Amino acid sequence: MVEPLVWRRLRRSPVAWVCFILLGLIALAAFVIPPLLPASYAHTSPLQYAPPSWQHPFGTDLNGRDLFYRVLTGTRVSLVVGLCGACVSLCIGTAYGLIAGYAGGRVDNVMMRLVDIFYSVPRLIFVLILINSFNSELQDFAAARGWQWLVDYSSIVILILSLGIIEWLTMARIVRGQVLSLKTRQFVTAARSLGQSHFLILLRHLLPNLTGVIVIYLTLTIPAVIIDESFLSFLGLGVQAPQASLGSLLSDGASAINPLRNIWWMIVFPAAAMATTLLALNFLGDTLRDALDPKRED
Amino acid sequence: MVTYILRRLLAFVVVLFCVVSVTFFLIRLSPGGPFDAERRIPEAIEKQLLAKYKLDGTLWQQYSGYIADLVRGDLRLSTKYRNRSVNEILAQTLPVTFALGSIAFLIATVAGVWIGTFAACRRGTPGDTLAMLGALFAISLPSFVTGPLAILVFALWLKWLPVGGWGGFSHLVLPAIILAAPYVAYIARLMRGSMLETLQQDFVRTARAKGLGERTVTYRHALRIAILPVVSYLGPLAAHLLTGSIIVETIFNIPGAGGFFVNSILNRDGFLLGGVVIVYCTLLVLFNLLVDIAYTFLDRRIQLDG
Repeated sequence: MVEPLVWRRLRRSPVAWVCFILLGLIALAAFVIPPLLPASYAHTSPLQYAPPSWQHPFGTDLNGRDLFYRVLTGTRVSLVVGLCGACVSLCIGTAYGLIAGYAGGRVDNVMMRLVDIFYSVPRLIFVLILINSFNSELQDFAAARGWQWLVDYSSIVILILSLGIIEWLTMARIVRGQVLSLKTRQFVTAARSLGQSHFLILLRHLLPNLTGVIVIYLTLTIPAVIIDESFLSFLGLGVQAPQASLGSLLSDGASAINPLRNIWWMIVFPAAAMATTLLALNFLGDTLRDALDPKRED
Repeated sequence: MVTYILRRLLAFVVVLFCVVSVTFFLIRLSPGGPFDAERRIPEAIEKQLLAKYKLDGTLWQQYSGYIADLVRGDLRLSTKYRNRSVNEILAQTLPVTFALGSIAFLIATVAGVWIGTFAACRRGTPGDTLAMLGALFAISLPSFVTGPLAILVFALWLKWLPVGGWGGFSHLVLPAIILAAPYVAYIARLMRGSMLETLQQDFVRTARAKGLGERTVTYRHALRIAILPVVSYLGPLAAHLLTGSIIVETIFNIPGAGGFFVNSILNRDGFLLGGVVIVYCTLLVLFNLLVDIAYTFLDRRIQLDG
């Protein structure tokens, strides 16, 4: 439950507002501007590696595509993957943490030990293998059923699912910690003595009390998922061409620069878009976390 | 203590076995084989190839054969880099990855602990605010953003450092700093929080009451306790650095194991992929065990029996 005090703290925080507005603008630009641009921007043209100009504000890439358009659509893909992946991780993490914290004792011990083990294994490496093993299988599956959208976006769908599957650990830990302290409170005892089932207690009494914490860690999971997605796309193993994400744009830029050709725009603009998005999300999450901190003195 | 280590070693073997099995089945069950090419290979040759790389027989036979080879320390042949064994490739590339990783590890821990302590001792001052602001920036910017930018600035514009490759010390500077930067920041934040908590404890007040200088109190007394959360983060840190080195090696063209790892996925080179994953995981799990043992030497309040 987000108390009024928290809102008061947030409203007074200029950082939170700036980040919030910045994110809104980025999202608006990423979703609204691309369809308004000339259709030719999306396609290849003979204009290879053109520096920024009025016609192409961010310059063009190896295939003569407009980088402004590419960065905006790339941001869109990264934002969608980040948001959906974070939601998947939220579902898994919350459920896991709720069960572990509520069950307590041996079950809790084993479940949290498992989380510790997952923490120390390079999870991203397994996801890499998973994605590349099953992407074509998912495409065949979708093609057999005639789901054209799934064929086109299979790499994105599989990214969202698999990144959600690896980023839930912190959420589970936090939720479990909260549940451990919440379940000793009197309203839980009262609900149980009234004969309510464990499932309903979890759903009706504990979950609503966790909303604040969950929202904060959602804002902090989104940048983590975006970073993971870009990590994979940077290696050429995530979002597949012709679609682009910020990671694959950065990778294009990194492979294009060399001492003889100074095509700085291929790096600077995608990097700036990525940095702004991640910084805004992290600052927002941090401010939210501070606002909710019960130990903070006002 | 001895029973604890034995139990952990047993758990180590179990985790490793799971890792090996998961990797093996992920690779073998996924569609597409290592010899799928545009050109059809005659059946007899394909049969011979499969036999050479021990890919014939039932799945179960392949699996048990692979485990038996692993126990003997044989990671088998790479299917892409013909006639080179995975052991050979790893022996060449792992030292490079380790050099990079251990320097980044050193930078991350030393700089992180120092900055965190610095900020905690000057809580609320501009120095503290600046350090924490910098930390938030560093955490938010992953290596594939900072790496290409750093090449652009330090290698192409200022021409201070080489663009990439592997050779002398100058080749190591940029990659190691880029790899370590987010973790310096993370450790600094961890350290600051725990130091602030420790400085409020009774034993710190006692030390101050004895008339000890602030430096001695902070670095001799408080640091020993405040560093514990950082120590328990060292395991995940090693995992992050190992994963991160894949990117940094790609950006800076460093001939480490990371590049082979990425290629082995693209080429469906199962045994090379398996070899890299198994070696990485072995090292990480072993490292975690060492960290846990070191933890008890730092904090005598902990009893190892669980």
